[in-house]
Amino acid sequence: MNTVPQSVADLAADNRRLAWQLALGALLMVGFGYLLVPIYRVFCEYTGFNGTTARIDLGRAATQGIDRSRWVTVEFAANTSADLPWDFRPEVASLRVHPGEMVVAQYEARNRSRREIIGQAVPSVTPGQAAAHFRKIECFCFSRQPLAPGQTLKLPVQFQVDTGLPPGIATLTLSYTFFELPGGRITAAGIRHEVPS
Amino acid sequence: MTEIALPQHHEHEHPSGITRWLFTTNHKDIGTLYLLFAVSMLFIGGSFAMVVRLELFQPGLQFVSPHFFNQMTTMHALVMIFGAVMPAFVGLANWMIPMMIGAPDMALPRLNNWSFWLLPFAFTLLLSTLFMPGGAPSGGWTMYPPLVLQTGMAFPFLIFAVHLMGISSVMGAINVITTVFNMRAPGMTYHKLPLFVWTWVVTAFLLIAAMPVLAGAVTMLLTDKYFGTSFFNAAGGGDPVMFQHVFWFFGHPEVYIMILPAFGIVSQIVPTFARKPLFGYTSMIYAVASIAFLSFIVWAHHMFTVGMPLAGELFFMYSTVLIAVPTGVKVFNWVATMWRGSMSFETPMLWALCFIILFSIGGFSGLMLGLAPADFQYQDTYFVVAHFHYVLVTGAVFAIIAGVYFWLPKWTGRMYDERLGKLHFWLSTISVNLLFFPQHFLGLAGMPRRIPDYAVQYAEWNMLSSIGAFLFGASQLIFVYVVVRAMSGHGEKATDQVWEGARGLEWTLSSPPPYHSFNEPPKVP
Ligand code: HEM
Ligand SMILES: [Cu+2]
Repeated sequence: MNTVPQSVADLAADNRRLAWQLALGALLMVGFGYLLVPIYRVFCEYTGFNGTTARIDLGRAATQGIDRSRWVTVEFAANTSADLPWDFRPEVASLRVHPGEMVVAQYEARNRSRREIIGQAVPSVTPGQAAAHFRKIECFCFSRQPLAPGQTLKLPVQFQVDTGLPPGIATLTLSYTFFELPGGRITAAGIRHEVPS
Repeated sequence: MTEIALPQHHEHEHPSGITRWLFTTNHKDIGTLYLLFAVSMLFIGGSFAMVVRLELFQPGLQFVSPHFFNQMTTMHALVMIFGAVMPAFVGLANWMIPMMIGAPDMALPRLNNWSFWLLPFAFTLLLSTLFMPGGAPSGGWTMYPPLVLQTGMAFPFLIFAVHLMGISSVMGAINVITTVFNMRAPGMTYHKLPLFVWTWVVTAFLLIAAMPVLAGAVTMLLTDKYFGTSFFNAAGGGDPVMFQHVFWFFGHPEVYIMILPAFGIVSQIVPTFARKPLFGYTSMIYAVASIAFLSFIVWAHHMFTVGMPLAGELFFMYSTVLIAVPTGVKVFNWVATMWRGSMSFETPMLWALCFIILFSIGGFSGLMLGLAPADFQYQDTYFVVAHFHYVLVTGAVFAIIAGVYFWLPKWTGRMYDERLGKLHFWLSTISVNLLFFPQHFLGLAGMPRRIPDYAVQYAEWNMLSSIGAFLFGASQLIFVYVVVRAMSGHGEKATDQVWEGARGLEWTLSSPPPYHSFNEPPKVP
């Protein structure tokens, strides 16, 4: 408290010190704003929030038993961003699978334009609660996909629905959106250097 | 700056004319500058709103193109939030805090000058975009990508304007905290600080914590657009929804930045005209502090519909509704302060009472919006528009107007014209309800926000709302007249205490107060 009389110079120094401390606080909050980005990503990957799907390797996937008493419908959706001149569609609209079963589904993409385009697919699973129980073992979305003019490419995804899928869920939708990747963009992203999983 | 300067006792002692205002480090001068800036932005932002209401007067497209309409809604919000409401509160803080705590001036006078003079530059940048090819920003004040990234030339101007406003308000906040921590008169303990000072200290901490996050978010937008980063770009591994998280992490504390000082003003006015000390002083402080804390954990109530999992919806729903508890404590305390008081109803009290009632209506609609399942219906409709205008116009703006009527005699030494003040009050109160209440019905009936045209079944309520808007806008001219009259030395002379029930150090000074108040620390009762 300020009840002890102070010299003017002392007070000015006190004021300056406190002001700098507060300014440092503000600066740290700018950093915190940026930190929210990785925090958010880790959080979503961990919890499956926002439809972020999980990725596991074949060895671990194989250890899960298959629950043959239960059927789950997996629907496949395909989108392209507005300015990407590709045709992109799933080979079948949906599959009925057992939880724990290893399944391969096919998509197909064709480059309608006259130039080579590198595409990146971004996956998402709805409903959100199911996302954490949807495991991709191998997916075309793990890497970028270059397509020559007019080229058609088969794009497989190998996945497994976890046996822990909450009982109320009978249908999942796996959706991909393809975006054009301007050359070298992804490494400049500053947020992740590998492709999304 | 026109020469309607406040009458000053020591006019000859400091530079006069334009340089006085450019270089001033005096808290009263800077307070005046902030308030004049805020009122001019109120009118600029208000005229944008008039364009919006004019277009919505009838269904169909009559006056402006949809693109220009969107520019108007976006610019209206940006100008009102960052140009009118926030600077007005900083202006009031500058004028009143040193006088209330018995300090000679703000702790960092030169920083104070700088934080004000950033604002005209920020708003020149922002308003100049109206004249650019492609026009002003039109993607909404919330600046959601990817839409906002389609803004043309205006985009970098928008971002840098936001940066400047942010720096300005953070510097203002630093100054307030330093002043209150270090400059209090001997004996002015934390338990004696007037509530306006308390609410401002909490607000200042909110500013320091929230504004930098906004600065970070808009910088990420900037680098996404021009430097190839992909924070919010799905193609590069980013996520546009993440912008909404970062933005509302700032955005919800921001709405409390705009209401806590209003709580402070009302807590000064109600005891004065009820002639009783504030009921529950300590609980008021705890209520403000807990509102401030909670405001950082409720942000996703603005995004219930983006597809959150159930656990997220529930968490943000419960934390949001929890805010009603400390807010209810405040309303209860104001009412209890009036209970059995000997009340009188001068203009400032009328505005403050109306604040309590109408702000509570806004709080109730907020509770409705905070219920996640219900919000799926209300999201992005006029119901949300009605909600935030009740809390911001009849909340924040009414409190600012109440504060100006309350302190104007102290600042200028002249009583304003009570009859005109009351006329201003009644016209504003009636028209503002005509303006915003029907918007609840429009929203519940499904009218989306941010659209220039609408289905014919919404025609009647929209016309009423527009009539209310024109009346409300026109009524504010009375306010300008009243203030200019007092500033130019007309009207009855005010006493030092001004109001019979006024208590506190600021009322011991002469009206108008000397240019440098409390060079000798006052005796705190
Ligand atoms: C009891 C207190 C409050 C609650 C529970 C509450 C709740 C909400 C909710 C849930 C929304 C999002 C609605 C939607 O977009 O669907 C919202 C929007 C909003 N609220 Fe509140 N609110 C409260 C108080 C306030 C206050 C005090 C202010 C400002 C002074 C405020 C300003 C706003 C604004 C500006 C928006 C709209 C933002 C936008 O989308 O442009 N609210 N409120
Ligand atoms: Cu909010």
